Amino acid sequence: MEGILNTLTNFISADVRTAVPLLLCALGLVFSERAGIVNIAAEGLMLIAAVSAAIGSAYFGPWGGALLAAISGLAGALIFTFFTITLRANQIVVGTAFNIFAAGLSVTLNRRFLADVTVTGYPLRAIPGLSQLPFVGDLFFNWQLLVYLTFLGVPLLQFVLYRSNLGLKIRASGEQPRACDSVGIKVNRVRTGVVLFSGILAGLAGSYVSLGQASTFIEGMVAGKGFMALAVCVFGNYTPVGAMGAALLFGAADALKYRLLTTELGSYYQFLNMLPYLITIISLMLLSHRSNKPAASGKPYIKE
Amino acid sequence: MQQETEQTKAARPALQMKGITKRFGSFTALNQVDLSVNTGEVHALLGENGAGKSTLMNCLFGMYGQYDGEIYWQGEPVRITDSQTAIRKGIGMVHQHFMLIPVMTVIENVVLGMTDNHWVLDLKAAARRFTELSQTYHLALDPWAKVEQLSVGQQQRLEILKSLYRHARLLILDEPTAVLTPEEVDGLFEIIDRLKAEGHTVIFISHKLNEVMKICDRCTILRNGSVAATLSISQVRNRETLARLMVGNETDLDLHETDCHLGSQALLEVKQLSCRGDYGQLICKQLSFAIRPGEILGICGVDGNGQRELVECLTGLRQAESGQYLLGGRELLNCDARQLLKSGVSHIPEDRLKYGLAPGMSLEENLILADYKRSDFARHGWLRSGRIRRQAMALCQRFGVRFSSLKQPAAELSGGNQQKLVAARELDRQPRLLIAVHPSRGLDVGAARFVQNAILSMKRKGTAILYIAGELDEVMEMSDRILVMYEGQFMGQQARANYDRTQIGLMMAGTPIS
Amino acid sequence: MNQNAKQFRFKSELKQLLLPLFSLVLALALGYLTMLLMGYDAAKAYQSLWQGIFGSRNAIAESLVQTTPLIFTAISYALTYKAGLINLGGEGQLYIGAVWGSVLGSRLSGIPVWLHWILIFAAAFAGGAIWGAISGLLKVRFKASELITTIMLNYIALEWVSFCVTNLPFKDQTAGAAPRMPTVVDNVKLSLLLPKTRLHSGFILALLVLLIYYLFMWKTTKGFELRVNGQNPNAALYAGMPVKHNAVLAFALAGGTAGLGGIINILGLQYFLTEGFASGLGFSGVAVALLGNSQPLGILLAAFLFGALNAGGIRMQTAAAVPSAMISMIQGIIIFFAVSPYLLSWIGTQLISGRNRHNLSLQNQLPPESAQLAMTTDRGKSDPEKSR
Repeated sequence: MEGILNTLTNFISADVRTAVPLLLCALGLVFSERAGIVNIAAEGLMLIAAVSAAIGSAYFGPWGGALLAAISGLAGALIFTFFTITLRANQIVVGTAFNIFAAGLSVTLNRRFLADVTVTGYPLRAIPGLSQLPFVGDLFFNWQLLVYLTFLGVPLLQFVLYRSNLGLKIRASGEQPRACDSVGIKVNRVRTGVVLFSGILAGLAGSYVSLGQASTFIEGMVAGKGFMALAVCVFGNYTPVGAMGAALLFGAADALKYRLLTTELGSYYQFLNMLPYLITIISLMLLSHRSNKPAASGKPYIKE
Repeated sequence: MQQETEQTKAARPALQMKGITKRFGSFTALNQVDLSVNTGEVHALLGENGAGKSTLMNCLFGMYGQYDGEIYWQGEPVRITDSQTAIRKGIGMVHQHFMLIPVMTVIENVVLGMTDNHWVLDLKAAARRFTELSQTYHLALDPWAKVEQLSVGQQQRLEILKSLYRHARLLILDEPTAVLTPEEVDGLFEIIDRLKAEGHTVIFISHKLNEVMKICDRCTILRNGSVAATLSISQVRNRETLARLMVGNETDLDLHETDCHLGSQALLEVKQLSCRGDYGQLICKQLSFAIRPGEILGICGVDGNGQRELVECLTGLRQAESGQYLLGGRELLNCDARQLLKSGVSHIPEDRLKYGLAPGMSLEENLILADYKRSDFARHGWLRSGRIRRQAMALCQRFGVRFSSLKQPAAELSGGNQQKLVAARELDRQPRLLIAVHPSRGLDVGAARFVQNAILSMKRKGTAILYIAGELDEVMEMSDRILVMYEGQFMGQQARANYDRTQIGLMMAGTPIS
Repeated sequence: MNQNAKQFRFKSELKQLLLPLFSLVLALALGYLTMLLMGYDAAKAYQSLWQGIFGSRNAIAESLVQTTPLIFTAISYALTYKAGLINLGGEGQLYIGAVWGSVLGSRLSGIPVWLHWILIFAAAFAGGAIWGAISGLLKVRFKASELITTIMLNYIALEWVSFCVTNLPFKDQTAGAAPRMPTVVDNVKLSLLLPKTRLHSGFILALLVLLIYYLFMWKTTKGFELRVNGQNPNAALYAGMPVKHNAVLAFALAGGTAGLGGIINILGLQYFLTEGFASGLGFSGVAVALLGNSQPLGILLAAFLFGALNAGGIRMQTAAAVPSAMISMIQGIIIFFAVSPYLLSWIGTQLISGRNRHNLSLQNQLPPESAQLAMTTDRGKSDPEKSR
């Protein structure tokens, strides 16, 4: 009994640990996708943010890391919006360029600023009282602050998207930008705002990779998590709650891998690594026909 | 007494636009246009396609960032650079293509962009106000329905209510009857009367004279981006006056003589053809018709009654459910587009940019779009560039396409030249069956004539022609016979000798006449 | 008319070159600034960068060595792009091709070398082609966005490679040292073009493939079909082209080309496959295709630029102690600017609008025909999935 409980605890905490950066980044992507922007720069944003967080943490402590990560995410998103919205360049193309840019920048920053410093990770914050509960206490109430915020953010963002005036504007901008224009909504302003917001979230997600999952920065450590977040967003059918489900499922696949590594299947761990990617592809196959994918996704809006 | 109140109303212009000029690149869409609209009147803005009616109203509604000239609203000078300003001033516009979001509910569409609904959406309160409003104007509409489920007429009502919800005093209706059945048009006219009674001002954009004569107080006629005249409707003796002002002096309406020698045997026979629409509904119901060689069969009807789907079935872009499609005795039902092209079916599509052209590719490549595999242009899978170039040069010259280089992308041509390019390609194929859909849409008079004459020359060569256009006049002018389509069925047919507008109108509204 | 036509072509060709050159200059300037801000000796860095590209016979050869695989991955993106599809999976396709190729390259011996080569290239092409075709099939059969499936397939391919270099029956069993696949047999190794450098005849093969790409896309009916689909999928349906079949074909050809690139790098340079031997080549290929506007000559020039920067970057790292990753950054910036057709007119607007901000907008500064082009191609590109 004890053993099973332990296994379950480990499994769930590994799941959450993997899911948090995916979810955090995907929450931002849900918003930018809904406004009609396909942001594959998420990968690069997370990468720059991960190194920025490590630098911030090394020089100013974990809070400095979080702040610097958010700022770098914002700055990266600004670059993205300048090219895609102001200059109307193709979003996928700019995203690709941004990822190449980010790969270079993160390594350069790492070599320059992180050569011989120690990086402090995000501290755990046990919630007084609740964390004392047997079994669930440790599992759900003894995490880093960012983890609580991420999960609290899900219902909040779901509310904003579906029950607020702003959310209505955002959804409408992705569906029919011209209709929005005709009722006085500044479509490109809405889109810019949303991408900047998703930049901040991608930044925080990146910071969790370097400061939450580890306490260091390793080149290439983001390893496709930004793309995975995009898949989470699609798999979650472009809603915050759906994204949470998708992220936890992806996390579970990853956790399962660690469980199986200790068994005789362990030497085939590469196939387990493939699981999340396969799940994404299969989900795309099954779900594409009843999708919330916005009608104007990826198309720049040009006022006549 | 009545006379007097109208006089006082007339003295107070609600809106004045002075010297409005709008350019797109080097093209001047509006040139020094003046417009004055009085409070409480229904003011018609009359003109042909492309005369500048919509452009003028889009300026007024702030859809373009900038324009030259001045606008006075209730006597005050205003500068309207975005629609938010226009809405705040009390101007509402129902666009020709509705500005609605299909996947959202009616009420979401209504409150979209409203600033009094600050942070949290209170849709219930909004729905209450909306229902009250819709009762005042007798425009019942369920606020919780999804827009994609509404009929076109209902969507138009929603657009009007959307403006009223924003306290619009002036309503601009851009070609509101274009998408409606005659029945729905009557409903719309009642709404306009009611709006007028409530003290609203209406600008009614149209190119249909009878509608203007029926419901408008005054009208301003635009021609080629300038004002041709502003008149009171009561002063107008007959509609020919308006027509002449609208089209200028060109009133030669008779294009061709009826007694072209038609073949006796049907070349095209369609029997009991049925197909489903995009949402799985049965949209063409057991359609049967035949066309003889050298005959032009016109199909008219309000957009959305199955014409598009019928054409798609005949051109291999849609699967038919059942029926027969015989061309010269050969069964072609559900053949793919390639086989149909090979069998001699040509198609001038409804939207040249959507279907007819690859805009970024060169003129010569666009001219072989349908025939690139023909042995003239390709051998063993390799394109024969010399022949393709000669063909392109010959066609462009024959059809008067104006271009600077054959390597030029088709997108750089003007709309008229693009249409000529499509027509050149489709007519040069020496088709046995030509399906022409809105072949003169968006063209100026000269280009439209050119394309129509080219089609008539195919008639003389014995091609069977199916002619579909939005304008009844155009179909009547071109066809030897007309079939009227309504909700996927033919309501009846008329031969050229005894065309009767009233009867066709009745059929378009769903009254079968045998 | 003829005079006109010549002028027209000249003008448009000039326009095509202006923006990439401008982007290059701007990116180098920004790179310089960044290095200064980070406290590197920027002048020395660029000096050694130049040395690393053109400084010696060996440097030039090295630049061409780096150019070679980029040509393949660039074609892989460009071919699908021209057909109206997005292939971000060049890297995965390259790896799968390399795996299949090196399995054959290290096994068979005692057959004529030309036959061996044909078998190796066919296997590499087939491996990449199948990997690419999966995305195509998923798109036409299930409407799954190829944007995401190609990326996911990249990661699956990486895991597969990781499996192959560490597990039987694929791994190299001789040394027992670093994980890798077995070395290819000696007689299938590609010969050197320049003695005492690493420049191998794979470069010639790359040029040949580029020529085939040109002939196929612009001179055959199949290529014509693909380009029509890329310009306007509805027009392809209208003209009765087998649209779905073509989408799968485009992906297969693209994947096959990437696979060839992979095996050629093995046969000419590495001689055995290791994990990560082509890291980043996929996305760099995308960048090269974008910079070269998916045109054959453009791809060649852009691939040389990127290859040269990569080669020079290594020298920059050793001579000026600036991380070679700085080069990726500069490459990213080049693409940013090069893919923004409104950049120049936007700058113009900003310069003028100091005085007169309200009366001007981006739109007004555009020459009319390019504005029209932008709008029509937008419409042309309207979602092929929704077209039926």
